[in-house]
Amino acid sequence: MTDPVFYLQDVVLSLKGNAGPVDILRGISLEVESGTSVALTGPSGSGKSSLLMVMGGLEQATGGTVQALGENLSAMNEDALARFRQGRMGIVFQSFHLIPTMTALENVATPLELAGMDDAFDQAQAALDLVGLGHRTGHYPAQMSGGEQQRVALARACAPRPAILLADEPTGNLDSVNGAAIMDLLFSLRDQYGATLVLVTHDPVLAERCDRTIALADGRIA
Amino acid sequence: MSLRLAARFARREMRGGLQGFRLFLACLALGVAAIAAVGSVRAAIEAGLSREGAALLGGDAELDFTYRFATAEERAWMAQRADAVSEIVEFRSMAVVGDDRALTQIKGVDDAYPLIGEMVLDPAMPLETALATVDDLPGAVMERALSDRLGLTAGDVFRLGTRDYRLNALIKREPDSAASGFALGPRTLLRRDTLQGSGLLAAGTLYNSKYRLDLAEGTELSTLEAEAEAHFENAGMRWTDARNGAPGVARFVERLSAFLVLVGLSGLAVGGVGVSAAVRAYLQGKTGVIATLRALGADRATIFQTYFIQIGALTLLGVGIGVVLGGVVPLLLSPLIAARLPLPTSFALYPAPLIEAGLYGLLTALAFTLWPLARSEDVRAATLFRDAWAGARSLPAPRYLVAITALAAALVGLAGWFNGSWWLTLWTLGGIAGALLILVLASLLLRTLARGGARMARGRPRLRWALAALAGPGEGAGAVVLSLGLGLSVLAAVGQIDGNLRQAISGNLPDVAPSYFFVDIQKDQMPGYTKRLRDDPAVSRIDSAPMLRGVVTEINGKPAKDVAGDHWVVSGDRGVTYAAHPDPDAIITQGTWWEPDYDGPPLISFAAEEAKEIGLQLGDTLTINVLGRDITGTIASFREVDFSTAGIGFILTMNPAALAGAPHTFISTVYAEEAAEAAILRDLATAYPNITAIRVRDAIDRVSAVLVSLAAATSYGALATLLTGFVVLIGAAAAGASARTYEAALLKTLGAPRRAIAASFVLRAVFLGLFAGSVALLAGCLGGWAVSTFVMETDYSIIWSSALAIIAGGIAATVLAGLGFAVTSLNARPAQVLRARE
Repeated sequence: MTDPVFYLQDVVLSLKGNAGPVDILRGISLEVESGTSVALTGPSGSGKSSLLMVMGGLEQATGGTVQALGENLSAMNEDALARFRQGRMGIVFQSFHLIPTMTALENVATPLELAGMDDAFDQAQAALDLVGLGHRTGHYPAQMSGGEQQRVALARACAPRPAILLADEPTGNLDSVNGAAIMDLLFSLRDQYGATLVLVTHDPVLAERCDRTIALADGRIA
Repeated sequence: MSLRLAARFARREMRGGLQGFRLFLACLALGVAAIAAVGSVRAAIEAGLSREGAALLGGDAELDFTYRFATAEERAWMAQRADAVSEIVEFRSMAVVGDDRALTQIKGVDDAYPLIGEMVLDPAMPLETALATVDDLPGAVMERALSDRLGLTAGDVFRLGTRDYRLNALIKREPDSAASGFALGPRTLLRRDTLQGSGLLAAGTLYNSKYRLDLAEGTELSTLEAEAEAHFENAGMRWTDARNGAPGVARFVERLSAFLVLVGLSGLAVGGVGVSAAVRAYLQGKTGVIATLRALGADRATIFQTYFIQIGALTLLGVGIGVVLGGVVPLLLSPLIAARLPLPTSFALYPAPLIEAGLYGLLTALAFTLWPLARSEDVRAATLFRDAWAGARSLPAPRYLVAITALAAALVGLAGWFNGSWWLTLWTLGGIAGALLILVLASLLLRTLARGGARMARGRPRLRWALAALAGPGEGAGAVVLSLGLGLSVLAAVGQIDGNLRQAISGNLPDVAPSYFFVDIQKDQMPGYTKRLRDDPAVSRIDSAPMLRGVVTEINGKPAKDVAGDHWVVSGDRGVTYAAHPDPDAIITQGTWWEPDYDGPPLISFAAEEAKEIGLQLGDTLTINVLGRDITGTIASFREVDFSTAGIGFILTMNPAALAGAPHTFISTVYAEEAAEAAILRDLATAYPNITAIRVRDAIDRVSAVLVSLAAATSYGALATLLTGFVVLIGAAAAGASARTYEAALLKTLGAPRRAIAASFVLRAVFLGLFAGSVALLAGCLGGWAVSTFVMETDYSIIWSSALAIIAGGIAATVLAGLGFAVTSLNARPAQVLRARE
């Protein structure tokens, strides 16, 4: 049996609010096997996005253990976490989060450069071709539609062929046609690269496309 | 109809407070305050000069003669019209203690001095006591600069000419010192009658006699002036009165403050860039609101008016703050300013300079905000459904361009009208506009270069991110280059002009300049004087010439001022000489020199360049008043006179017979090795106590000292501009802080460590600063070259120390401002930043 890609044990996340600390995650334990796809579902405020952020090392758990690819994320500082993500993790957000001062090509090339790849721009061009945007490489995010921006974001997440793909409601800001196209693309890229996918979604149909669904409620696995 | 609606909309939007407008207000207030403060200080000095005009002059009116005292008849005229008359005499001489000697400006006074005002001495004593003759030793007082130079303390004895004086006290405050103008040596004051037997004031010595009149209350000064001008016509008399007791100082203050106001306007232009950036950022944030209003049926006029009213109200607030600061701060600091100024001041709230500064502020704010405001019209309802950035026009509608041009013209017109010098205004504002244009083009170039550079920097992520940020939209690189660049341009131009001027005066001159000027050499002293120098192997050259002073009163029978206007040659007394032969170095450009033994009607050889400026032709007649006697001569030739070598140069040379009868002395320049200078001075001053030596190096130092203080005043003005530039820079950094935080969060998400992100931030700040500094240097050097070449007519070379400081300053400013905000950006948790944007 192979080691799990994610191993979480009693993960707690408390954030300071104006009215005192707010418990976001209250003791989450789970394992995600390599190559599987997992849907995180639950009502708004249940902690799905926070759990995804903790799994991606974008948020430090205030308690418990978070391991990814056998490394203990809880023991890492901000820079170590950033280095860990290089080439290993691709993240797709609901609001795309492209760097506004960079063109589509530059956005996609950035994680490849950070991973130290010499042919970063060639790979970025190939990734953009794959998502059907090979002709818009020189455009800035503000010059593209939402659907196009999310395709660039997908290309950026997948271009380094990461072992892990994290997606936080990637179709939340898109219409149904664009949303469906993006999801098809996401699953097709995952299949192509064999990455482990963790997907936050409200959509039960999308959740059904995943190998496994973890439902959250009030910061706990329901 | 739409205006009322717009006012209502504007009021609703402004309920949110001044959030986001601190930069706008700071830029405007700072620029206006600087100009208002300069104007307020000028008004305070002018009021002080006017209030104490009589004290500064030493009387209600003054009649000034060169080379002579008033005749009995002239004294009678004065006595008849004044309650009291005081006679003083001023000339240069050497104060001697043992082997040590120093140039001094002597003022010989009578019992009536000072008619108005009070002489303050250290130790405190009445002037009468200090100047009294005790045991046949007359008393004197002097300025501390001279007593320190000669190592004298109260009670010590020093020598003037052939007579000893006892120094009884030091001058702490001389009431009429400001009226005396620029002097090459510090003051010694004594009783005029004690000069008898000193060997000074011999025939031909250059001196001025001044008669101060204490007039009855209510005497109409302008009437008396007209009467005096008529009575003393062609007598070589110059009139000054209490209406403008220190005309030289008043003119100096007026010119300097006019220039400082223009420098202040450059600060306002920098502020304008910040104001423009603030309005653009504000309207970008309001795109959604504007699009919603358009969707709800608001027309373009209503939208424009809504935001025009808001920006207008904020402009009034910013200008108001600036006016209050510019009026109140000088008032609060008045004890400090008054203590540092050697001039009387009368601090109060003067409305005129505040109104002037306010008008500049309003016009500048309007000119700089119309452009971004006009773009609010371009926001369409459809913007609600897609990003506004893609479709915006780069130029506003033509009517706005016309309005902006008209506002700029009004600003130039107003500045010219207020400061009275169109030439200076056009030069300065043209320079600012030129610098702005260069900087706008430069910021476009920066983007292009950065875009190209980003492509070339593939594989070096830190560098590529920095370049991509400079090339991409929304970084505010334009505002930074413009604001910081303009501030640095002004400072660079001031540095280059100042450096070149100093170089022209002290750097190049000693190679060609003489060591000493000797003046007041009597004719019978010339053989001995010349022999001493000829026998000295260290002396390479001696030039001597007879020296008289004369006033050009008429040109071709018409009053000289009617023909030549304010040209400097006719605006006071000038040196006049005579010669049988032209100087060996002289180049006659037109006409012919007279025969050596010519003794016909007087002939004149005139300086070619000045003749051209006045419009003189060969054959024109000039009437010159020398020692009260009118001599009319005909111009026989023009010749080149080079004043830049500091050698002897006379505008007017006449044939010997024309002037030989007038009592006169000789002027001489001596070119000697520096090591021999002290011995020459000692020997000549001992042998001929009446002659005065002016060491050229000392004179240059005195002139340099004045220039240093001028440059310092200008630098303060330029620093105010730079400060505004820095405020804009901080504003831009603050405005970009959230974008940086977002960028840092994204880069961390993609795997970038903080050090790499910080390096990219530093790199882009360095590029920006380097670029702004370099362009500023280019603009500053262009300005410096133009002023050096066309205004000061000196050679121009780049002053590298100032240039490098400007570039280093540019980099330091951007890095400081950028990194100040980067710390927060780098430390923000990515999850929180990204979630806040969801």
